[in-house]
Amino acid sequence: MPESSRSVLHRFRQGDADAFEALFREQQASVYRWILRIVRDAGTAEDLTSEAFWKIYRAHARFDAARGFEPWARRIATHVALDWLRARKPESNITPEMEATMTAGGASDPGVRAEIRAKTAKAFTRLPPKLRVAAVLAVVEEQPHKVIAEALGITATAVKLRVFRALRLLRKDLEQQGIRP
Amino acid sequence: MTEMNHNLNHESERIEELLKAAVPRIAEDAEPRRDLWPDVLRRMDREPARVPWFDWALAAGLVALAATFPTAIPVFLYYL
Repeated sequence: MPESSRSVLHRFRQGDADAFEALFREQQASVYRWILRIVRDAGTAEDLTSEAFWKIYRAHARFDAARGFEPWARRIATHVALDWLRARKPESNITPEMEATMTAGGASDPGVRAEIRAKTAKAFTRLPPKLRVAAVLAVVEEQPHKVIAEALGITATAVKLRVFRALRLLRKDLEQQGIRP
Repeated sequence: MTEMNHNLNHESERIEELLKAAVPRIAEDAEPRRDLWPDVLRRMDREPARVPWFDWALAAGLVALAATFPTAIPVFLYYL
């Protein structure tokens, strides 16, 4: 790590606002993308990104430079996004992007019928938030299990288990909607 | 048993395909549409950094300890 980066991290840990701004400028886009992957709505992701950075600033004294800023920031951002998901009604989590996908061609497979896509998207929003986050990050966003595990504060095995449980719940939900995957 | 595992894997793969078809992947270069720094500054002005409750509890405990056992103060200062 360059000396200048180390110095910024050290000053941030002391509560230096300029160092915090430098880190914010450097990490803003990646934290925003991470939150967007979880909440699936651009406006909400922007609000939650500023909330996450505010929490990051408040927690500056607990920052451990040896473990790196990005994973630590991602972990705080994940909790902010999870809290937001928990506070929402499941059905209200269908984002404009998801609506567009349901009515147009599929995100990755245009061969899947619009009705099945819509029902899958609805079933997805009904998943418990912690299973939903693991599933969307691992399956849709194809993020490494190790990175997801760090962000959620669990083991990679626990991530795999959550993904497995999420897929099983999705299958059951689809079957109840009359779709046999 | 192997056939059952095979079926389970096949079902999981099918659900994964459906999920990918229903939920669009976020672009690798997605960025916020505006600078979020002013929002962060607003929050910092609105909610000045607070001392966590457990820090206050610890301080209160130390004061109570010092009041109950004043002779322990030099020992405590020695270990600081």
